[in-house]
Amino acid sequence: MDIRFWNQEIETLAQKDLRQLQLTRLRELIGYAMKTPFYHKRLKKAGISSPEDIQDLEDLQKIPFTVKDDLRQAFPKGLLAVDMEQVVRIHSSSGTTGIPTVIYYTAKDLDRWTDLLARGIVATGAGPADVFQNMMSYGLFTGGLGLHYGAERVGLTVIPVGGGNTQRQLQLMRDFKTSVLHITPSYLLHIHQRMPEFRISPADLNLKKAWMGAEPHSENTRLKLQELYGIDIYNSYGLSEMNGPGVAFECAYKKDLHVWEDGYIIEIIDPATGKVLPEGQEGEVVFTNLIRHAMPLLRYRTRDLAFLHPEPCPCGRTGRRMSRITGRTDDMMIINGVNVFPSQIEEILMSIPEVGNNYQIHLTRKEGLDRLAVKVEIYSKLFTGDLSQLDALKAKINDKLRASITINSRIELHEPGALPAFEGKAKRVVDERDKL
Amino acid sequence: MKIKQISVFLENRKGRLYEICSLLGEAGINIRALTIAETETFGVLRMVVDKPAQAAELFRKHHVTVNQTDVVAVEVPDTPGGLANVLKILSDQNVNVEYMYGFVKKFSEKALLVFRFDDPARAHQVLMAAGVTVIGEKDITGL
Repeated sequence: MDIRFWNQEIETLAQKDLRQLQLTRLRELIGYAMKTPFYHKRLKKAGISSPEDIQDLEDLQKIPFTVKDDLRQAFPKGLLAVDMEQVVRIHSSSGTTGIPTVIYYTAKDLDRWTDLLARGIVATGAGPADVFQNMMSYGLFTGGLGLHYGAERVGLTVIPVGGGNTQRQLQLMRDFKTSVLHITPSYLLHIHQRMPEFRISPADLNLKKAWMGAEPHSENTRLKLQELYGIDIYNSYGLSEMNGPGVAFECAYKKDLHVWEDGYIIEIIDPATGKVLPEGQEGEVVFTNLIRHAMPLLRYRTRDLAFLHPEPCPCGRTGRRMSRITGRTDDMMIINGVNVFPSQIEEILMSIPEVGNNYQIHLTRKEGLDRLAVKVEIYSKLFTGDLSQLDALKAKINDKLRASITINSRIELHEPGALPAFEGKAKRVVDERDKL
Repeated sequence: MKIKQISVFLENRKGRLYEICSLLGEAGINIRALTIAETETFGVLRMVVDKPAQAAELFRKHHVTVNQTDVVAVEVPDTPGGLANVLKILSDQNVNVEYMYGFVKKFSEKALLVFRFDDPARAHQVLMAAGVTVIGEKDITGL
């Protein structure tokens, strides 16, 4: 096995030294956190007023959890620890209540994040000789830009194409002999299904590997895609609250994802009690971001379920490996790699007067891609009898939804009372997608 | 002379059209003219009935999504070019037809057509001035 490192010293740091480094960085982070209105109040309440109040890593558990809603409450600058002059980038996501969440980065934050991505890239064996086609969305989403800068740092040739437009993707792969992709599993499957249409087969291409993220998928899906393309596929995990992709990455062994523990403290907790679980038990993943000073986040609850492997990895990296995401503790849906909450859709629908009380979200998968259908009841009193009114209503719903969740949906209009009335959340979402 | 058209929102579901029509049948309301405009997932049933106010009330009571629209019922000579002549009158006067459909049954030598205009009042004026017979609400009820 060809084992390569970007920063061998840190990546193979002895566990004891790694914990010491975490403690040093955590204390430094507390200093930054105290500068934010949000944590100043919250940490004081928990009896922490300076880095000296953290004596060892166990003391982390004195700090209350931070949740997504805290980010919304703190919008726009309640979690900002530096002057705006020091902020060089913002990433943002749309919020379920209409309030977005925003992430700030200083130049040094970006530098540290980029270095973690460089580690992941090198861990999979990629290097300057590779041509990297980045098929994740650029823009406010962290997936595209994150890997982009990481790959440039390692010296790969980057094709910053972003998502979509299958024909052009295939053309680029052929023209530039692309060897590495960054892509969601569903899109990778979709492209394979459409290859015959463009008279291209994987054998015509120079693909060697793919980094796959943003969507949960099974080991079987990885194996199937590896076989279809004849490439090696590596899992990547991240979330914008923890900077973006590159929180954890698979190495050449492809036996789950190494967490860069000098950059993040990972805890697995019981989502019901908040208690930290023994290593190896599945629970909710909680991260503390040790490398971002512009916007500190302590003990952030991801709502993702996973577990940690206690055994070391033969590659020699000491960062523990976390499993694939096995589920969620909330009702978040992942649609073609985009995180969507039913409440986001509900909020839009209920803002449209011609829409009645009930709705249903329908998810299916066709040609490898997720399809979203939204069934809504029309509000009788505003029915004019015109077909054009109804067509316009459908277009309006789709436009408003797309503006919020960035996904196109098929809108179905129904008579009042035709859709099941809601008693519980389960009925609002009908997910008929096969497991990837 | 405008008459009332009943428009019903129909979702694409087996048996729905039957349910709507049987409601009318049970209430003794007669359909005089009808058309269905449809899209992939839903349709709009438009009709002229002998008792429009009663029909609208009945549908509302049964939670059917309904609306009343003003349309104009026009007698058209049942000969080649009959409809074209009427349409020419309207076109010459820049009256726009949104949609039109025919009556189920013939009541005289002439054909009876339902027109939806963007401006029903002006359409009526134009038609009367050209000597075209426009049928009123009372005539429909009595048919």
